[in-house]
Amino acid sequence: MKDDAGVTREQRVEALGGMGCKRKRVEDARFTQGKGNYVDDIKMPGMLFGDFVRSPYAHARIKSIDTSAALALDGVVAVLTADDLRPLGLHWMPTLAGDKQMVLADGKVLFQGQEVAYVVAKDRYIAADAVELIDVDYEELPVIVDPFESMKSDTVLREDLVAEDGSLPDGAHGPRKHHNHIFTWEVGEKEATSQVIDSAQVVAEETMYYHRTHPCPLETCGCVASMDKVNGKLTLYGTFQAPHAIRTVVSLISGIEEHNIRVISPDIGGGFGNKVGAYPGYVCSVVASIVTGVPVKWVEDRMENLMTTAFARDYWMKGKISATPEGKITGLWCEVTADHGGFDACADPTKFPAGFMNICTGSYDIPTAYLAVDGVYTNKAPGGVSYRCSFRVTEAVYFIERMIEVLAIEMNMDAAELRRINFIKKEQFPYQSALGWEYDSGDYHTAWDKALKAVDYEGLRTEQAQRVEDFKTGKTRKLMGVGLSFFTEIVGAGPVKNCDILGLGMFDSCEIRIHPTGSAIARLGTISQGQGHATTFAQILASEIGLPADSITIEEGDTDTAPYGLGTYGSRSTPVAGAATAMAGRKIRAKAQMIAAYLLEVHDDDVEFDVDRFVVKGAPEKFKTMKEIAFAAYNQAIPGIEPGLEAVSYYDPPNMTYPFGAYICVMDIDVDTGEVDIRRFYALDDCGTRINPMIIEGQVHGGLTEALAVALGQEIAYDDMGNVKTGTLMDFFLPTAWEVPNYETDHTVTPSPHHPIGAKGVGESPHVGGVPCFSNAVNDAFRAFGLRHTHMPHDHWRIWKTANKLGLHG
Amino acid sequence: MSKKMHIQLTVNGEAQEFLAEPRELLIHTLRERLNITGPHIGCETSHCGACTVTLNGKSVKSCTVFVAQADGAEITTIEGLGNPDKLHVLQEAFKEHHGLQCGFCTPGMITRASKLLEENPSPTEEEVRFGMAGNICRCTGYQNIVKSILAAAAEMSASKEAAE
Ligand code: FES
Ligand code: FES
Repeated sequence: MKDDAGVTREQRVEALGGMGCKRKRVEDARFTQGKGNYVDDIKMPGMLFGDFVRSPYAHARIKSIDTSAALALDGVVAVLTADDLRPLGLHWMPTLAGDKQMVLADGKVLFQGQEVAYVVAKDRYIAADAVELIDVDYEELPVIVDPFESMKSDTVLREDLVAEDGSLPDGAHGPRKHHNHIFTWEVGEKEATSQVIDSAQVVAEETMYYHRTHPCPLETCGCVASMDKVNGKLTLYGTFQAPHAIRTVVSLISGIEEHNIRVISPDIGGGFGNKVGAYPGYVCSVVASIVTGVPVKWVEDRMENLMTTAFARDYWMKGKISATPEGKITGLWCEVTADHGGFDACADPTKFPAGFMNICTGSYDIPTAYLAVDGVYTNKAPGGVSYRCSFRVTEAVYFIERMIEVLAIEMNMDAAELRRINFIKKEQFPYQSALGWEYDSGDYHTAWDKALKAVDYEGLRTEQAQRVEDFKTGKTRKLMGVGLSFFTEIVGAGPVKNCDILGLGMFDSCEIRIHPTGSAIARLGTISQGQGHATTFAQILASEIGLPADSITIEEGDTDTAPYGLGTYGSRSTPVAGAATAMAGRKIRAKAQMIAAYLLEVHDDDVEFDVDRFVVKGAPEKFKTMKEIAFAAYNQAIPGIEPGLEAVSYYDPPNMTYPFGAYICVMDIDVDTGEVDIRRFYALDDCGTRINPMIIEGQVHGGLTEALAVALGQEIAYDDMGNVKTGTLMDFFLPTAWEVPNYETDHTVTPSPHHPIGAKGVGESPHVGGVPCFSNAVNDAFRAFGLRHTHMPHDHWRIWKTANKLGLHG
Repeated sequence: MSKKMHIQLTVNGEAQEFLAEPRELLIHTLRERLNITGPHIGCETSHCGACTVTLNGKSVKSCTVFVAQADGAEITTIEGLGNPDKLHVLQEAFKEHHGLQCGFCTPGMITRASKLLEENPSPTEEEVRFGMAGNICRCTGYQNIVKSILAAAAEMSASKEAAE
């Protein structure tokens, strides 16, 4: 159909650049020209630099701190210690997990690298010189780096959590069993599950360690605090994934009223969970700026980033899974010992001390299950963030996808077939899981069959069997592994009724203003760290309000202008803020409909929305474009309608969304060197409605690469003395272009029934599904030689040791 | 603090002259003294390549060069590769093929790639992957970076042929 200008409907749709098209990113012009504006690019007149004295010991008492030589150095403006912060009540700060954390060492240190004193100087070189001049007298204390030891040890790590009479007051998540214990969190049916497992004909058991690692975005954490003493306003620029939450926290701990604080997240050089929390550097910079009256910048270096800001994982998981002789799973048991380090600074919604670990029944219809998580203090850095995943979902998915493989070995079954017979069926959605979730939608069988067919799964198994033969007869020294994983993510936290952080409900928001000439600005409570929000949110809006994406500016990250929102992590931007955007767009459309009806001189119900305009029903030649309507909103007095065209929406999601996917990895392993060669990686993702396929694909490549890193070598390792052994990029594995394969991406589309546009979120799925896929491939390569399970990370040395233990070195 | 040295540099075609402590790192000279903030700091230990510049015709990680060592040098940063009216072919290619996400590695990536394509105007995928291995990206998984560089190489040789 053509309208009067000879433009087809398809052309009008295309001109919008709305949902589903591969719109090029609007962010890229400035980034490719070196004109991004990251925290360390910010310069202000008179700005000073902060730097930390950090503890070389993992556990020690501080006997004295001598700052005199540092203060005498030309260019040093101030040195802060806990004694300076105490009168302000800022020597400790609340953590996101309901614990508290020292801002500067208050009499003792609990992990290597802990902040002891904060130097403020004219430039970063003088600050670094001053750090060297500060003399701290430490008395070493026994170090605990193992959570199981910790639960038995007489050594008290947190004296502040033991009452004077020696009793243990409850923690933020209930009773504590030991002075180094933080919480126990139980979900599911303990008795029933143990009965099912005890009486089952088939049971597989395994203990797996999901090692400690770190999100390590390319840009480290940092901030610039600027207290304007004349008007009493504090401006805080920083690497914040949740700027509004940071503003509220700063207000609560500093006593500055929230309207006098402006938090700005400028461009962020990757986050992956590392930039969710509040760090001592932020607090000290704010205090230093208040004290000195000038702006203070603090940017950590890479070693500080890896050693002290939020780590991820560090879960010991003990599992039991039972099945009928035909392979139908009947019960799942999971016991976790979680190492939280010196303070509990996990970033999880308040009611979920172990995040959404209770998604650990995975994509399977498991009738009975039980999960218990114990959080434990040790002498390691605090953290426990979700590294490119929704809260602890990576751990959960790794657990179930390894348990499935172990069960397949136990039953001598094909692991793909075992998955298939246990998948939740399409007609079972919405599905109530044994551990309390309501999965929104899914079609697992279709996705699985598509994936297996795409890689010729049968053919791969035949080739693998031949390879084993060849290996045994000495024709090759390379084994072949086929890694499978089928994951269900749980993202988009979340419904305010059960999800909050520090009491703040986890809704999100969008505010739209349409300008008279038919362009617009939309502001959101989230913040992009590379996800391309300025591109994709404009696409959602373009489809909703019929103005071209190119005419819509998206702005985020400034608390003075953006509506309140909980930020970007846990793949929540699309499920929550994306929904808010669509809903705000619909409010605009509702008003536009009334304006259009007035202009067309018909009843409101007699016009309908069509791509970029409202048309009179049955008379498509009579219409008003959104551009015309926008102009009318500002230049005509319309009876009963306020001037202007603006809307705001705060979206409280009714449920989480549950993206899923099927991944298959084929790798060759050199038994003599432990090297792996990833021959093929196929990734099928179902993230519901697809907003921008180009960006989805980019997210999948990135997430898979971070998964490859974690599975094949990346870790934060400690020695017995609590020294961090992987504090630089020399030791901490970040894959380069040389180590990374090309990935094949694919998709199915199962929209979320409760999301306004059916989108589920995708940024983290590839990491969640990728880690078990790589790990399963390594384990699978050795299955024929009797291996059941070996812990990650599968670096060359560890793989060589596995081969050696299996007697494959002759 | 040691005695200051007299330093002369040419950065993106512009002569610069100043006094600096010899220990000042070139990346700080660029970013803080000269306000050239395209090159970034990701590690300060020569591993990530975010600080990559071209120094006297070679790709160099400016975080591990003292300004004293760079005295007299010709330096090109991302700011010197293209301008808003005429982007470098690589800048266009990275936009076109989604070769960036957070953008933090991008200036170093493109600067390095520009040198790589000078040294080897028609590289294979393997040569690109090897030649870019000094630059880390945490976001993209490299696939689209490699694609962007190969596309730029093709584009550059096509326009060279057309010119001949
Ligand atoms: S900052 Fe120079 S290589 Fe990382
Ligand atoms: S785009 Fe973020 S590090 Fe490369």
